[in-house]
Amino acid sequence: MKIVVCIKQVPDTAEVKINPETNTLVRDGVPSIINPYDLHAVEAGLQLKESLGGSVTVLTMGPPQAEAALREAVSIGADDAVLLTDRAFAGSDTLATAYTLSCAVRTMGFDMILCGKQAIDGDTAQVGPEMAEFLGIPHVAYVGGFEEIAPDGLRVRRQMEDGYDIVETPLPVLLTVVRELNQPRLPSLKGKMKAKKAEIKRLSHADIGADVERLGLAGSPTQVKRIFAPEAKKERKALTGTPEEQADRLIEELRGLKCL
Amino acid sequence: MNYFLTEEQQMLRDLTSQIATEKIVPVRAELDEKEEFPHEIMKVLAQSDIFGIFIPEEYGGLGMGSFELCIAVEELSKACLGVSTTYAANALGTYPILLFGSEEQKRKYLPDIAAGKRLVAFALTEANAGSDAAGVQTTATRDGDYYVLNGTKQWITNGGEAEIYTVIAMTDRSKGPRGASAFIVEKGTPGFSFGKKEKKMGIRASVTSELIFEDCRIPKENLLGREGMGFIVAMKTLDQSRVGVGAQGLGVAQGAIDEAIKFAKQRVQFGKPIISFQAIQHMLADMATQVEASRALVYAVARHIDSGAKDFSKVSAMAKVFATDTAMRVTTDAVQVMGGSGYMREYPVEKMMRDAKILQIYEGTNQIQRNVIGQALIKEAAGKENG
Repeated sequence: MKIVVCIKQVPDTAEVKINPETNTLVRDGVPSIINPYDLHAVEAGLQLKESLGGSVTVLTMGPPQAEAALREAVSIGADDAVLLTDRAFAGSDTLATAYTLSCAVRTMGFDMILCGKQAIDGDTAQVGPEMAEFLGIPHVAYVGGFEEIAPDGLRVRRQMEDGYDIVETPLPVLLTVVRELNQPRLPSLKGKMKAKKAEIKRLSHADIGADVERLGLAGSPTQVKRIFAPEAKKERKALTGTPEEQADRLIEELRGLKCL
Repeated sequence: MNYFLTEEQQMLRDLTSQIATEKIVPVRAELDEKEEFPHEIMKVLAQSDIFGIFIPEEYGGLGMGSFELCIAVEELSKACLGVSTTYAANALGTYPILLFGSEEQKRKYLPDIAAGKRLVAFALTEANAGSDAAGVQTTATRDGDYYVLNGTKQWITNGGEAEIYTVIAMTDRSKGPRGASAFIVEKGTPGFSFGKKEKKMGIRASVTSELIFEDCRIPKENLLGREGMGFIVAMKTLDQSRVGVGAQGLGVAQGAIDEAIKFAKQRVQFGKPIISFQAIQHMLADMATQVEASRALVYAVARHIDSGAKDFSKVSAMAKVFATDTAMRVTTDAVQVMGGSGYMREYPVEKMMRDAKILQIYEGTNQIQRNVIGQALIKEAAGKENG
């Protein structure tokens, strides 16, 4: 089982300052850590490897200093680390980030991709699912537990606002995970020593065969107007029937709401 | 202060400090209150390779020494002495195997100990053998390919939780101290059981139990060194581990100072944070100065041991006495700085003060340490006169 865990280096605080002129994050002077949700993804990867065999590769896109986050993941137990770093990646929104990461994992090969449910700086929770779309594979977001693990498929528990869903999925698959999934382990001393010397593979846009037009600022249609936490929607409907019937009913519902 | 740590030593400090902060501090009050053994924390220490620090690489350890062990013990002790006692007692129990074990014994036991799979305990103390270690009454009688153990050990740290016990017993009572021998006894051996679990004033996360041997037959291969070497094994083991007790003192004292300073900055009386008062500053200054002196001594002694020194009883005793007497004073003063709050269980310093007391007592009381130092001074003086 080849497991790729996508991690992000984030400022060590949930209280990130925003540059009011550019509406981007101010990272200066704030110590960096691995996004806490991603530590749960790393732990999930290590546990899956321990039960199924295989390898765990950590992947991040970022400036050269993001290497520190990768080394930390190696000290915790990841086998390999890959850093996507290139000036062409600068200014990426979630779409460009997901595109870049998907190009990278396609080059690297994978059976499973694990991500934290969201990063504590941007809080969008978009990159994981967007990656799965680019790759044309299924994804399950908000995974809070594994019900069954087999080499060809998984049954997972998806944490919802009002309970949980049990979702079956074939492999390859992308999962985004929540804190309830596990208790991340600490590094080991041997791991820390290994991490110090570990080779961190660096890939540029050319190495992953990415289309330059879809990278960085150029590939980022997002314009940030305002940042706020959306309120939880009160109204919910559960659709039943076969998947085809559910799809038909969904389209009906969306048409009814004038969304389509 | 710059103590010139190598990059690996700094990694070890960072990691043990992270374990202390993230895994021990949040549960220490509960472990103390419930007198609960820290199973989960031991798992974390095992997973993080902390049990392997002082064990040679050929037996699965990291091949580091006393100094590194002291750093780990210091960091764990800042958070909880109950936990660090459990950890340090494991090292105490391992030293007889490390120092006197045969190649076969080392291969059999050290890898599991280094991996934290099997916990170890050291069993010397008995009802009539404390400071006077020569009072050991547990016997080991040779019977063919076996030794048969009979007797009761008391106040054994990790008793019941440990899988491996290094036990001092008399093989020839007529020879007095020269008739003692050291053995490895595994949990589960028929005739080996555990008596009462003690209720203690402090270090309540650690377990302290009676070991009972009733016609307990162990293979003769479990003898450590030779028959009659028991007291040498015990004394060399204690010389080795004493500096670690000093490191415990250092850790708990530093932990108490950190708490006292944090509190004094926030606590407002007479319209000012109490840390702005000279009375408080002078107490903190004395506390910090004593702890820094302890640190310098403990580190110097640990490095002296690691340098391959042959005889270090005196300096090891000095480190233990100085750092643990300091710990008692400093933790008591931390409670004083924090006043009524310090006395309450809501804050961690009353526990630190209760915990610190044992450091002046176990692994040789501080009075016995002074005997060791005094005797060494007499011996040195005699050497000079004769030389």
